[in-house]
Order: sequence, then C-alpha cells, then structure tokens
Amino acid sequence: MTETTPRLAGFTDAVARYDPVIGLETHVELGTRSKMFCGCPAVFGAAPNTQVCPVCLGLPGSLPVTNAAAIEYTIRIGLALNCSIARWCRFARKNYFYPDMPKNFQISQYDEPLCTDGWLDVTVHAEDAPPRQVRVEIERVHLEEDTGKSQHVGGSTGRIHGAEYSLVDYNRAGIPLVEIVTKPVAGTGELAPEAARAYVTELRDLLRALGVSGVRMERGELRCDVNVSLSPKGSDRWGLRTETKNVNSLRSVERAVRYEIERQTAVLDAGQRVTQETRHFQEASGTTTAGRSKEEAQDYRYFPEPDLVPIAPAPEWVERLRASLPELPSARRARLQAQWQLSDLDMAALANAGALDLVAETVAAGATPADARKWWLGELRQRANTAGIELAELAVTPAQVARVSALVASGALNDKLARQVLDGVLAGEGSPDEVVAARGLAVVSDDAALLAAVDQAIADNPDVAGKIRSGKIAAVGVLVGAVIKATRGQADAARVRELILERLS
Amino acid sequence: MSSITREEVAHLAHLARLSLADSELDHLSAQLDVIIAAVARVQEVAAEGIPPTSHAVPLTNVFRPDETTPCLSAEAALAGAPAVEDQRFRVPRILAED
Amino acid sequence: MTADLTSLTAAELAAAVAAGEVSATEVARAHLDKIAAVDGRVRAFLHVSADVALAAARAVDARRAAGEPLGPLAGVPVAVKDVYTTADMPTTCGSRILDGWLPPYESTVTRRLRGAGAIPLGKTNMDEFAMGSSTENSAFGPSRNPWDLARVPGGSSGGSSAAVAAFEAPLAIGTDTGGSIRQPAAVCGIVGAKPTYGGSSRYGVVAFASSLDTPGPLARTVLDAALLHEAMSGHDPCDSTSIDAPVPPVVAAARQADVAGLRVGVVTELGGEGYQPGVLSRFGEAVELLESLGAKVVEVSCPHFAYALPAYYLIAPSECSSNLARFDGMRYGLRAGDDGTRSAEEVMSLTRGEGFGAEVKRRIMLGTYALSSGYYDAYYGKAQQVRTLVIHDFEAAFEQADVLVSPATPTTAFRIGERADDPMAMYLADLCTIPSNLAGNAALSVPCGLAPDDGLPVGLQVMAPVLGDDRMYRVAAAVEAALVTRWGHPLLAQAPELTSAAAEARSASDD
Repeated sequence: MTETTPRLAGFTDAVARYDPVIGLETHVELGTRSKMFCGCPAVFGAAPNTQVCPVCLGLPGSLPVTNAAAIEYTIRIGLALNCSIARWCRFARKNYFYPDMPKNFQISQYDEPLCTDGWLDVTVHAEDAPPRQVRVEIERVHLEEDTGKSQHVGGSTGRIHGAEYSLVDYNRAGIPLVEIVTKPVAGTGELAPEAARAYVTELRDLLRALGVSGVRMERGELRCDVNVSLSPKGSDRWGLRTETKNVNSLRSVERAVRYEIERQTAVLDAGQRVTQETRHFQEASGTTTAGRSKEEAQDYRYFPEPDLVPIAPAPEWVERLRASLPELPSARRARLQAQWQLSDLDMAALANAGALDLVAETVAAGATPADARKWWLGELRQRANTAGIELAELAVTPAQVARVSALVASGALNDKLARQVLDGVLAGEGSPDEVVAARGLAVVSDDAALLAAVDQAIADNPDVAGKIRSGKIAAVGVLVGAVIKATRGQADAARVRELILERLS
Repeated sequence: MSSITREEVAHLAHLARLSLADSELDHLSAQLDVIIAAVARVQEVAAEGIPPTSHAVPLTNVFRPDETTPCLSAEAALAGAPAVEDQRFRVPRILAED
Repeated sequence: MTADLTSLTAAELAAAVAAGEVSATEVARAHLDKIAAVDGRVRAFLHVSADVALAAARAVDARRAAGEPLGPLAGVPVAVKDVYTTADMPTTCGSRILDGWLPPYESTVTRRLRGAGAIPLGKTNMDEFAMGSSTENSAFGPSRNPWDLARVPGGSSGGSSAAVAAFEAPLAIGTDTGGSIRQPAAVCGIVGAKPTYGGSSRYGVVAFASSLDTPGPLARTVLDAALLHEAMSGHDPCDSTSIDAPVPPVVAAARQADVAGLRVGVVTELGGEGYQPGVLSRFGEAVELLESLGAKVVEVSCPHFAYALPAYYLIAPSECSSNLARFDGMRYGLRAGDDGTRSAEEVMSLTRGEGFGAEVKRRIMLGTYALSSGYYDAYYGKAQQVRTLVIHDFEAAFEQADVLVSPATPTTAFRIGERADDPMAMYLADLCTIPSNLAGNAALSVPCGLAPDDGLPVGLQVMAPVLGDDRMYRVAAAVEAALVTRWGHPLLAQAPELTSAAAEARSASDD
C-alpha cells in the first residue's frame, strides 16, 4: 500500500493544538562473554555462522541453559532504574515464523518480566527555554534472545522489498537482549522530540556506567523503537499510536518523534484517523514510512517456556547487587556540580556541549574546574564546530588539555601560546610538550635572552625610553609590546616590563 | 455441535504455516471438531484458585556460568542446509518486515 | 553360538564379555545377523549401522585386551529410537521432513551409553515425532509386533519395543511422553520404564512435548531395564530441567525384588469400562500375586485421572506446535516448493505440508488452537490446572500406598489399520500411562501374562513417586520372578518363532 507524500503541518503549529504522548522501547545487547542460552562467544564482526552451536541454531534436540551473568546484568539495570525485581518469574515463548529466528519462536518474557515499575529522571534541554525535569516511568525490563541477521539479495535497493532471496547469518542469534519499555510519557509538549532524545541519552549513559553493554548504537547494541500518539489539546483522550522502528541514533530518535508529530497532525487535520501501525524511519529523509500492511495483529501464542525453569532471585543477592551499583550518571552530575560549584545553567551548558565527561577527566588529570571548562567550552568547542564534529571526537585528550592548563598556570605558556600548542596537538604533531619543543613555543623566561630584546627595543624607541626615564611609566607598554613582538609572543609580559623598568631606572 | 469452523481451521493452518489441500482441510476440520469437543472436557473441572503447573518437577534457578565453549564449524552448521551461499543459509525472499 | 547370544539378557552378555567368554565383536555380529534374518518382517529398524556397531565392538575388545576397565554395559548391543540425535547415524524421527538428516552433535543419553561400552546397532522406527501409539504414523511404514506380525507393536517407541521382543537387541532406548515406552512394552511382552521426569537428559532428544518427554529403557527383564536406566540417567548441565540428584538405586532394587510389607494401591479410575476383559483378568491376577508375595493391597481413588487424557491432549499438542515450528526447510531437512519464485513463507508452508504426516498436522493445529489468543485460558490454561490436580491426586495416593498399580494399557495389541482413521480411539491407548507423564513421577510396565481372550501380552503398570524409581523396580522384579517361576520360563519364550516357515507364511498373507 503506497502512501501519498503527506503535507506536513508545521511543528510549532502541531504542538500548539495537540499534546504528543511518547513511549520508547529500547533493546540493549548485553556485553556478556557468551550468549544467552549457550556458550557461543557473544562477539561482533565474526565470519558468518562461525559463532553458532546446536542451541543457538535451534537444531532439533537442543535445549537452552540460562546465562547467570545475563540475569545479574538485567537485575542491575532494573535496580538502577528504580524497578521492583520479581521474586519469581519465568521465560515465555513468543511464537512466530521468520527465517532469522532458528526455532521460529523467541525465548522472551511475557507477563512475568524480571523488573517492573521503575523510573528515570531526565533533564530536557531546549534552545530557548530553561532545562526541564521529566520523570520517565519504566513499565518493564525483561530479558530475551536476539535473532540472526538476514541480508537481502537481488532487487535494486538491497532492501527487503523486491529482493530475490536472503542470506542468513546466525552469529547474532541468541545474544542476550534486554528490553526496556517506558510507560507512555505525556506532558512534554513541544519538547517531545528533545525529551525522547534526552531519555535515550540518559539511559545509554546509565547502561554504560553499569558496564552491562557497549551501547554502541552504530553496532546495534542499543536499538530504539519510538511510539508517538497525539491527543487533542484539552482532551484527555489519547490517540492511536504508531511505532517507528529502525531508529539507530540519538539524532534519529529526535527526528523521528518530530516527524511523526507533524505527520499525524496532518492526518488528523485532514479529518482522517491515525492508523495504528508499525512504521520505519528513513535515515536519509528524516521521515517515516508505513510497514507492510498486515491483515491482522500477530497472535504470538505466548506460553511459559517449558525447557527453562523459573527464576527466583534471592532477596539477599538482589540487595548485594543494589549495594554494589556504581555511581549513576545523575548522581555523578549532582556531585560534580556541587564540587565545581556550578549553577544549573552552567551544568546544563556542559551537558549540552557534550563536555561533562571531558571536563571531569581533565579535572581528574589535574586542571581546575574553571580552567577545564574554559578550554573545552571555549577554544575547543570552536574547533569542534568548525570541523563539524562532536567535542569528544577532537584529536586531543583531557590529559593533554590538563597538561596545557598546567603549563599556563606555571607560566611556561601564556594563553596565546597555549592556543598554538593545542593547534599542534590537534594537527597530530604530538603531545603538548612535544609541540612546545618542536615549535619552540615556550615562554622565554631566560633574562639574558630577554635583556637582549629589551635593549633592542630601548635602542629602537629612544623617545619612549626617554619618557619612561622621566617618570611616564605608562609608556612602558609600547616597549613591552615591541619585545613581545620581537620574541613572537613568547616573552612573559610581566617580566619584560620589570626588566625594562630596571634598565631605564 | 460444531466447535470449530472450516475457516478457523484454515486460519490455524496459516498460523502454523501448514499448506493443506482442500480435501485435507475438510478431513482435518472434521477430526479437529471431534477432538476439540473431547478435550474441552477439562472445562468441566472446577479449578477456582488452582495454580497452573508448567513444570511437573519443581526446580528453580538453573544457570550456567558466563563462559564460552567451543562452537560448531561453519561447515558443520551449514552441512544440512538446503541452500548455502557465502557461508550463509540461503532462503527464499522474505515478504514481511519483522 | 550365534542364536544363543541373541537370547541372552544384557546382564548375561555384559558378564560374558567382561569375563572374556565371548568377544563384543561376536555379540555385535550375532545381533546384526539376527536383524538381517528377521527385520524384513518385523521392520523395527529404520537404519542399521553395522560399521558403527562393529567399530564400537572392536573398541571394547581392544580395551579388554589391554586390561583397561570396561563400562557396565560394555559389549551389550542397544537399539536407539530414531528420536535421539546421533552424530554418525541419520536421525529422522520417523518423518519425511528429516529424512536423511545427519545431526552435527550427539545426544547426552547416547553419548553416555557409548561411554558405558554399549554397542549401538542402529535407529528404530517410531510414530512421527513421537506422536502415536502404534508406529502407524511413521512416514516409513509401521513396525510389526513379533507376537503377531499383523498387529502393532505399540508406539511411539514401537520399533525399539519390537526389536527387543524379536531378540534383535537385548536393550533399547525410547522416549515416553504419554506412555510411549510403557504401552509398546506392554503389548510386546517386555519391560519398559519411564524414569522420573528430569531423571534422564533430554539434550539431543528431538522435542515433542518438552514438559512431558522422558528418555527411558526397554529390555526383556527388569534387571536389564534397571541396568540401562542407571547407565543412561543422571544430571546433565545441558538440560535445565534435569534433576541434580543421584539416580535412584534402581539396579539394587531390581535385585532386591521383594514386596513384603509394601503398600500397593490399585487406582480405581484406571479400570472398568473400555478395558479388554482379558487385560483386566490378568491385571487382577497380578494384584493377587502381589498380595500373596506379602504386599498389602489397598484401593485408592484419583478422581482427576478421568481428566488426564483431555488435559494431555491439550498440553502436549500445545508444546509440540511450538517445538515443531523449527522444521521449515530453511536450515536443514526437507525443503519443498522452492522454485525461485516463491516467498520464504510459502516455501515454509509447502515444506511442512509435504513433510509432516496427518497426525502431526492434527496436533500442531490443535496446539495452535489451544494457545491462541482468546482460547488460552479455556484450553491450555485449564489443562495446566488439571495437571496440578492430577499431581495432588498422586500426592494423596502416595500417602496411602508406596506404589500404585494399573493395567499399562486398556487393550492388547490391536491390528494394523484398526484405529488408523480414528484418532480418538488411538488416543485411548494412553489412558493409564498419561497421568504419570503429567505428574512427572516414575512408572514402568512389566509383563504379567498373555490375555486369555487373544493370547497377546498384557503389561502391569507400576507407578512410584517422583525420584522413587527404585520402588517400582523392586515391585516389578518381584512380580517377574514369581511369574517366571510359575510359568517355568520367561513370557517371551511363548512368542512365535520369527524365522520359521510359519512366520513366512503369516507375513506373506499380510502384504
């Protein structure tokens, strides 16, 4: 069923008349050593069908055995998200036919998820508005196994439509997958796209802090499905929602929500009903397209997995896991804000620029918070913007920035020289010290060398020298400037001034 | 009394990916009708508050450590495959998006 | 010498091989010869692996010659139901959809048996994917009952049962999901046991109904069955449902063979109308025998057993509809209809339509129905509740009795073709055996005579509590000893000679 290209409503207009309700389902590939139900390595990028065994291939007679670490990681995720941990739960079979699923059922959890009813507080930054706190409630966190990967061959686009056949690799089949489902989030209004993005960002950072996954979205280690529905303003009736899949980056999350709001508004404005369906996000155009229309909703015929026995996490074990949770990103941010004595706005600026971790590491490497912020939010942010990349992608490390800062603090460099040193590091010329040596950028502190330049400046400017001798100290600036210029900015201005005055006194 | 229609049986066959000839469908429908009526006897049992049993012999918390064990070679994995290309299982074109 | 070897028990063969009185190779050859002589008529085997058998036998002989320790079953041939994955023999499960499939891995049970020195002779016929009570659902034709080649050997482990009853192998392994070891054992006049669920590993056992499937032994004597039971059982970390506890002392119990002071419960609901009079009379005599041996017989009522059959025929098909979904022609086995124009979905449907037999299709659809949205609570959900009630019935019964007894199956072996078009009639064969599958407790069938009305074997079912497997062996061994004494010979001595001209004439008239 082809869709005619919709006329979109403007976003601002859309959110003036409709309240978006968003929801996110996130799949996280756990970073365990082995797969969920067998001992095959859980590695990325291996040659096809070399990380498989009878169990993850679903061969007749094979049986699953649960990976203890996967349970532990899932519980820790649930605890970090303030969930209740089930005292007793089971796996269930989700039955449907698809070639990338070797058993034609997926072992998952249905009505007995391992973790339920939690929340994650998210700070939403907007361009021209103060940051907003949104509490995203978590419906459930459960465990399941990942599917294999199919590559569609033939046809013009390499996509599924029009393909002649497919090639399936089961290396990924059986990798542990945690599914995190939010409850519907209402009330974000015009900040809905940013809120969705902020939630996924915060969740990603939390998962990284827990060490349970690499959360590299470009590798599919973190996948999002975005749900959007619209409610007419003033009504408490919620609209039908769409689910958009194939949302593979933070930016896509934001764009997908934005597009869906605009598209659904146009549908409703035209007097039609929003079709409750699965849609696909198109990276190139930032739009969503309808999936193949299905005659009926899938009946997965869930029933408890008979090949696995129930999981009953011992309460003492759960408490030990809770006690051993690392400092979570929100707590860490609060701590750093207090330590660095920053305002909310300042903290927000750091987060927005993606500079928080960089600054923290720079401080850890010895710089003062103020200096660290100055360099990352000032000079380095400029460079990143010019190059069109993120701060973290710059070819300079926090340790190096801390070194530059230390050199300035000790007087070995001044600000101008420091900027040149950073240029050198970014250009790949080496460490700050190497750049200083190679380019000869050190502040000249050797009086003998300076005196030579001082004497030259005095000789070149007899009138100014005369003025100074006669008491017009203010004129010394000219001579200082001359010396600085002569030393290509490598002289310490204060010391030069002293020397000049000594000479002329 | 018919407990299941021919259309329902056709639907089940589709759900279960079973291609049936018309005569087969007729024959199976009649048999299923009888069988379903017979197994429906379980509904006669008063089971208010009785928990269902999914595992006859109760065990819990059976796990294995997060360690890797040897895999099959790709050759062994693909040995029984009807069609192979590029060390992958070659399957006919897939219609539905997952 | 050859004929003698195939008439020995497993215990006798093991002892003879260990003592060096006969070589494992001679034993293997004798049984392969027997198979060649009679299996044309019995059709117990789908695949005979002379190479594998002789290689295994030579290995045992080499070990013995080198003075190395031998396993408890060293040199004893065993027939393997074709539901077990074997890396050096095809595994078809009696189905066209797996015709010729060679698994890339070995089942735990067969691996353990080979480790114990047992000699696998080949794979035996079965009802397709273990669904049936006669082997008539095998895609490769039914096996024959050695007592009357025009009759079924029972099922689904009919091939294994026939092989043992025909002296083609002293031991065989099968699986019991609703009675598929006990019922064929009963109608073939041999011993067949279903261990406690989880007592033997299901890893490498192609799944029919996961929460019910139980690998188990078939043999001509109770002691042999116990020896095999012990060798094949035990915890397996590859099977999450396997029990992490020592195997009950079944061999010692089989040797103990006494019932003095034991309370034997006769289950009221497993008898009466629908049971063949000859079966009931032999059963009654067996109960009297137990009493005469010193057992205290009581009557126990298990009221929910009447619902066990319908509950089973909801739970098993539900699980199997899911277990068999993997057979779709994409990764192994039959692929049908892939002409380059069809979609994967179409090819899956055509493959399954062509590859599965009628009973399998029936059960898949029944299971799909029972699990489907809107029907789950009334069918599958309800059946699981009935299962709980059956478990409660057993718990209450085992407070009144140490073991429970009943006929193993309501009738003796029926004729091939007699029930083939009536699924419900076929299902009734499992009436007595199903409750123990639902509850997971141990149960076996031991021969208790020939029915007076048709001269065909009758089996006595003995049921023991979960992990009480040894109890049933004790009782069965006592019954067996007393009956063999009374008859003057084992029951099978009365079975018709299979290599005689009379047998030729009989089978010629069937074909």
